[in-house]
Amino acid sequence: MSEHRRRRRRALGGAFAAVCAASTLLGLLALGLLIGDVLLDGASQLDTDFLTRYASRVPEQAGVRAALAGSAWVVGLTALVSFPISVGAAVWLEEYAPDRWTTRALRTNVANLAGVPSIVYGILGLAVFVRALGLGHSVLSGALTLALLVMPILVLTTQEAIRAVPSTLREAAYALGATRWQVVSRQVLPAAAPGILTGTILALSRAVGETAPLILVGAVGFVAFSPSGPLDSFTVLPVQIFGWITRPQPEFRALAAAGIIVLLTLLLLANSAAILLRDRHSARNAR
Amino acid sequence: MSARPDLSRRRATGRGERLIEVFLAGCAGVTGLATLGVLVVLLGHSVAFFAEVPLGAFLFGTRWEPMFEDPRFGVLPLVSGSLLVAGGAALVALPTGVLSAIFLSEYAGPRARGVLKPLLEVLAGIPTVVYGYFALTFVTPLLRTLVPGTGVFNAASASLVVGVMIIPTVASLSEDAMRAVPDSLRAASLGLGATRMETAVRVVVPSAVSGIVASFVLGVSRALGETMAVTIAAGSLPNLTLDPFSSVQTMTAYIVQVSLGEAAQGTVVYRSLFAVGTTLFLMTLAMNLLSQWVVARFRPEIR
Repeated sequence: MSEHRRRRRRALGGAFAAVCAASTLLGLLALGLLIGDVLLDGASQLDTDFLTRYASRVPEQAGVRAALAGSAWVVGLTALVSFPISVGAAVWLEEYAPDRWTTRALRTNVANLAGVPSIVYGILGLAVFVRALGLGHSVLSGALTLALLVMPILVLTTQEAIRAVPSTLREAAYALGATRWQVVSRQVLPAAAPGILTGTILALSRAVGETAPLILVGAVGFVAFSPSGPLDSFTVLPVQIFGWITRPQPEFRALAAAGIIVLLTLLLLANSAAILLRDRHSARNAR
Repeated sequence: MSARPDLSRRRATGRGERLIEVFLAGCAGVTGLATLGVLVVLLGHSVAFFAEVPLGAFLFGTRWEPMFEDPRFGVLPLVSGSLLVAGGAALVALPTGVLSAIFLSEYAGPRARGVLKPLLEVLAGIPTVVYGYFALTFVTPLLRTLVPGTGVFNAASASLVVGVMIIPTVASLSEDAMRAVPDSLRAASLGLGATRMETAVRVVVPSAVSGIVASFVLGVSRALGETMAVTIAAGSLPNLTLDPFSSVQTMTAYIVQVSLGEAAQGTVVYRSLFAVGTTLFLMTLAMNLLSQWVVARFRPEIR
């Protein structure tokens, strides 16, 4: 092989490596631009008053209090509904389910549900919770819709966490005469708990950021009060942001940016907690 | 509640155990009910819609004018809008995602990967309404200076941000597939004198091709179902066009538009939500099944 050709191949290889690195950086560059854009537009609007004031038609007096309260209500109820059902379903699928076609169908089904666009859940929520069950444009309708949306994700992550529990643990417990539920409740679930909690935080932070399904079930961009019960009407942070984005005046754009900063900060905190939990757990396992 | 009485009661009643099992099976059943609910709701209302609008006029009609006095419900403009945005997003995300995956899997050391991969995945965790804001306030003005004649609402801007949004889906799944390629193959290739690039392109990528294709299909399916960024950036003009610099309405954006306008229950417009929703659901479901099939069918036979 000629020296010339070898040099060309090496140069090509170097160029390719550079292109690959640049592609990776391109994604990060977009992330940087996005965050920079939002910070530049919204930082001036951001103060403690912004967090404690209700929505207003006057941009200088508008705040995210109702949206924050609404988000807390919706996500709290979503967690309350989806967590026990998802963990229960995952435990059954992993520890109890007989190997029948129904079980296999349920497993495939969960995987496919996780791929359904979120707006389709919004349509479902509108038809079932808002209209058929007569819950109206309420916090409860929103929470139940989001619960349906996060359940498949939660079931999948919980299944993964349960599968990661070594089977020796189960065998030892059974050998000592434990019943199935004792094995599950005292060995499997405690061992899988950090994984389940990490998955739950991540799934719920997705619920915090959801906009489209909640617009369908009737969260509105202008609410001047915080919900005081599950049947109250509501707005959530992303819907409030969307409401501000669609206004033509530039002052509302700045409000939207400030709202985004609040939203991203919340998500960052939740994700850091999830990562911390996971790292502490893997450190303990390594020991 | 202490553990001791529980233990003593356990032998007496197998019924408690049985009850728990039934409860857990019920939980799993709820996930099945969710699917059933989606199907019943979408199909039920769609049937009512198609009683008023012939299926042929819906599937092949080229005008979507639901609010007109003489309404037209030809879904092609909405489908083409969705495909235009998703296609543009794929142009951005597929090459970037695969090249990122190659970098992370074949070039980056463990420390660099440990930093870069989570950072890249942050992109997937950002709410889509934020991408909408970014498109409208940053990407669109930039496009308008670069390409004169671009509208305030345009498909290209939506494509770009949705593309960025699905980079992590493509990169992460592709990288998993590449990392599953055994090192012995790389060693053999390098040992025969191939460069790193030749190893990556001719050995690793072909071995991981099923995972890479699956990541493409899944990414495009995400882009099709994407709602907020597209609604904000691409606008709400049902437009049968291939011009990325004009405003289009996607299926998802139409659904949002109608629900913001509070369509009265029982009207054709309200029912059209479900027909469009069904179309979207079937398209994404087909893509998700396709990606699962690709993974199962073309699993590389390497031991």
